[in-house]
Amino acid sequence: MADTSRPLSPHLQIYKWQVQMLTSILHRATGIVLAVGSLIVLWGLLALAGGSEAFAQFASCVGSPLGLVVMFGWTWAFAYHLCNGIRHLVQDAGAGYAIPQFIRSSWLSIVGSFVITLLVWAFVLTSGGAA
Amino acid sequence: MNAKDLRHPIKRARGLGSAQSGVGHWWIQRVTATALVALGLWFLVTVLRLAHADYTTAHAVVARPWNAVLLIAFVIAMFWHAVLGLQVVIEDYVHTRWKEVSLLVLVKFLAVLGALASVLAVLRIALGA
Repeated sequence: MADTSRPLSPHLQIYKWQVQMLTSILHRATGIVLAVGSLIVLWGLLALAGGSEAFAQFASCVGSPLGLVVMFGWTWAFAYHLCNGIRHLVQDAGAGYAIPQFIRSSWLSIVGSFVITLLVWAFVLTSGGAA
Repeated sequence: MNAKDLRHPIKRARGLGSAQSGVGHWWIQRVTATALVALGLWFLVTVLRLAHADYTTAHAVVARPWNAVLLIAFVIAMFWHAVLGLQVVIEDYVHTRWKEVSLLVLVKFLAVLGALASVLAVLRIALGA
């Protein structure tokens, strides 16, 4: 822990849960997930550059039950970080700071992320079986 | 100020002032975020169209010049944005200085390697080497 004796601010469990807290925490959490997920992008590109055998191995890993669960989670993390990232950019521009707007846009990020995730997987599953 | 300190006041002030890059991190994070909104959506659509593709098709699609260019832009923006984000997370939660600095450097090294390897992979696919 910190090598300091300064008083610390109260931590998360002190506060009453609000949706804005959830969106803020999820933005950071999905950011970490996506940073790790960037290695999947790297793996896929290296496999594609490495030849048909390497690519087949990659495709079978991604298409395995565990791989599909990971890809589903990755899709949601991507969709959420995208929606909420756009929300943050709008806020950085100075808009949407009134508390009702802030709460509404929080819900919009959450709902939007699930809508995108469902659309993506509806497409994947209807366009010819699981990867 | 400590009365026993014999150093000149300027010695204390030097290096503590503005480095003229105060908003650099914040700004680059927003610029890469803006790029990633567009590039990320493009990447998602491209991957979805290749969801059930075989090796030859996937290779040919990535090898198309504009796809290769956008893919390289995407991976550079992605790793850059990831480094900036992880940097803030590490600075917030890792309070032992040597662990913090080691992690920051490690993350930067990994991201640069990841970006370089990704770019090389795309170039290899695009140029057919």
